Amino acid sequence: MSLWNKHAIFEKNSIILLIGVLIVISIGGLVEIMPLFYMKNTIEKVEGVRPYTPLELAGRDIYVREGCYLCHSQMIRALGDEVERYGHYSLAAESMYDHPFQWGSKRNGPDLARVGAKYSDEWHRQHLADPRSVVSASIMPGYPWLARNELDVKHLSDNLRVQQIEGVPYTAEQVENAAIDARAQASEDHPGAKAFGKRYPTAVARNYGGQPGRVTEADALIAYLQMLGTSVDFKIYDEKANIR
Amino acid sequence: MWLGELSLLILSIACVFGFLIVAARAYTPEYAFHAYLFAAASLATAFGVFARYQNRDAAAAPQEVSGKPNYNYGPIKFGSAAAVVWGIAGFAVGCIIAFQLAFPWLNFDLPWTSFGRLRPLHTSAVIFAFGGNVLISTSFYVVQRTCRARLAGDLSPWFVILGYNLFIVIAGTGYLLGITQAKEYAEPEWYADLWLTIVWVVYLLVFLATIIKRKEPHIYVANWFYLAFIATIAVLHLCNNAAIPISLFSSKSYIVWTGVQDAMIQWWYGHNAVGFFLTAGFLAIMYYFVPKRAERPVYSYRLSIIHFWALIFMYIWAGPHHLHYTALPDWAQTVGMVFSIMLWMPSWGGMINGLMTLSGAWDKLRTDPVLRMIVVSLAFYGMSTFEGPMMSIKVVNSLSHYTDWTIGHVHSGALGWVGYVSFGALYCMVPWIWNRSKLYSLRLVEWHFWLSTIGIVLYITSMWVAGILQGLMWRAYTSLGFLEFSFIETVEAMHPYYIIRALGGVLYLSGAVIMAWNLYKTIVAPETEPEALGQPAFAAAE
Repeated sequence: MSLWNKHAIFEKNSIILLIGVLIVISIGGLVEIMPLFYMKNTIEKVEGVRPYTPLELAGRDIYVREGCYLCHSQMIRALGDEVERYGHYSLAAESMYDHPFQWGSKRNGPDLARVGAKYSDEWHRQHLADPRSVVSASIMPGYPWLARNELDVKHLSDNLRVQQIEGVPYTAEQVENAAIDARAQASEDHPGAKAFGKRYPTAVARNYGGQPGRVTEADALIAYLQMLGTSVDFKIYDEKANIR
Repeated sequence: MWLGELSLLILSIACVFGFLIVAARAYTPEYAFHAYLFAAASLATAFGVFARYQNRDAAAAPQEVSGKPNYNYGPIKFGSAAAVVWGIAGFAVGCIIAFQLAFPWLNFDLPWTSFGRLRPLHTSAVIFAFGGNVLISTSFYVVQRTCRARLAGDLSPWFVILGYNLFIVIAGTGYLLGITQAKEYAEPEWYADLWLTIVWVVYLLVFLATIIKRKEPHIYVANWFYLAFIATIAVLHLCNNAAIPISLFSSKSYIVWTGVQDAMIQWWYGHNAVGFFLTAGFLAIMYYFVPKRAERPVYSYRLSIIHFWALIFMYIWAGPHHLHYTALPDWAQTVGMVFSIMLWMPSWGGMINGLMTLSGAWDKLRTDPVLRMIVVSLAFYGMSTFEGPMMSIKVVNSLSHYTDWTIGHVHSGALGWVGYVSFGALYCMVPWIWNRSKLYSLRLVEWHFWLSTIGIVLYITSMWVAGILQGLMWRAYTSLGFLEFSFIETVEAMHPYYIIRALGGVLYLSGAVIMAWNLYKTIVAPETEPEALGQPAFAAAE
């Protein structure tokens, strides 16, 4: 009985009750979240993962804007059938530069973690404009406005700068030239192609959107989709070194 | 003019100019539109404060009238009406996106009507607009009645309810215009988040200050749950939404967290939006409205103490069950699973405490459809808090995750538990605060109850079948060892269930429309004499 009476201290003092609540709810979060920031094995050691190019980042922002994450996951679970369907299970390292993460929670459509280089640019262009023209039973909405909208590259440097502050290893040169690099990556014969290639040696420059002389939102989104899951070479990935 | 009025007046006029400058320099027209909305709201605030100053009495509203507390019902009335309106809007958008999954041409190839923009509109409208308004208005009601004290603050309760609804408008229009940070249930961008933070801090202060000036020696159990809900949501909101905008003049920001840590923080937030917004807050409603409507005391005081502390302690751990078999380290997944399973116990403890409160009053279920609605909500709560722990077991989750089973689970909790307990609370509270002796029609409540119950059953059974079917199809192998189905074949198999689900949603929506009509007719009915009321009636606030 006496123990129950002691509870009165919470029932008679709102501030003590509030402090009690804050302590009790902090424990779980601290135990589960804090170690992820300092335990070294949280993110695997792996070669090849690089920050997004300005064009890919702009594409990712469009992916975010249109709410693609609501129907497409980007997280292949470590389950036999998923690995067989989509490819090697996703590594934490593969989203180490993702602000925010886009792992998703529902598959109304297939997982996209390794969709890069699976389909041609032309397939993506048609599929985005009119999904049922290439997959007749698809329930995906059409996104015809992406090919119509000019990509807004004016403020791309701001985007890279903020990501740099948040820890993505962009160089000052990459931040400064974001707008021109975005244009350079969206064409095969841009005068800035050489400088772009130097700044992003593993990125691919080509006319993703297929419209000569124009850089549209479709260019950006397709550039992003085509690099998803392609940065790690799993032929040389040492799984045993990263057992957690 | 009082200091509070004066400072709010000056502040809102300054804000008008500030927001106009932001609008003029905005990077995108969408962001400019939001700056204009904020400017218009500031202007309206300035006018509102000034008009109120001119019309009000010279003295502040009395704390007591003839020895009884002078309860402040104005903001509660606004909140309950807003809840009904937002509820119908949110259910309607839910029906639209449900049909879009069955008939994709309903996306109309337009950005503002495509599924990816409408789904956050649906979830935010039902959780934050409908649920949030129910929570704020019932909490303002319950805290006053159980403390026997007038709501603290003069302008601040109005600031909370109006400010919160401004947040809803900013968030909702933002989704349609493509302004989102793509974190589930935390989609609003940095400036909407900042605004909500201000509103929420004022909410906490109003609530605490009312408790502090209470006339009752003990803080009633419902208020513990409300307090835990308000405080925890503040913590979750601040941590999960930490972001840096690319400019003051842009709606775009980037979350400071990355990849795996961001995933963990997101689902720590996401699951506790369920745990504290959709559970703790609505359990507070249960602890006040069930005993009140059944006219019986809460079943067990000790159980409510255990229920409270165990529930808030364990819920916080459950987040990682959203990330089973992902790149989140295994230790975190396992800890999340263990706590999710344990969470079953305090959840059912709370349900038992609510249900057993009806001891000796079970006969009322036959005659009072409002009480029946609340009791059925507890049954749904029990069902989904059993289903949840089961789905958090890793092997079960390997089948259910990414499928419509999750959607079905969410909706048995949302439609059955949160929806029904909210409807019940509104049916109780609207006559009380508008000083009416009874609801316009109990027969219409019966219609509401049965229509929406059939709707829920259609919804969750079709999603069980759809989810389990799709999960099994994804992992089916042929005798030769190949995957049996392509992804698109598993999508095609969903079609009939998507139609059944959408029809269930339509039934649920029709029930809510009936409720709106019933509540409207209750409000416009003539006021009853104070003596005629079962509830002691006090002078209205304004």
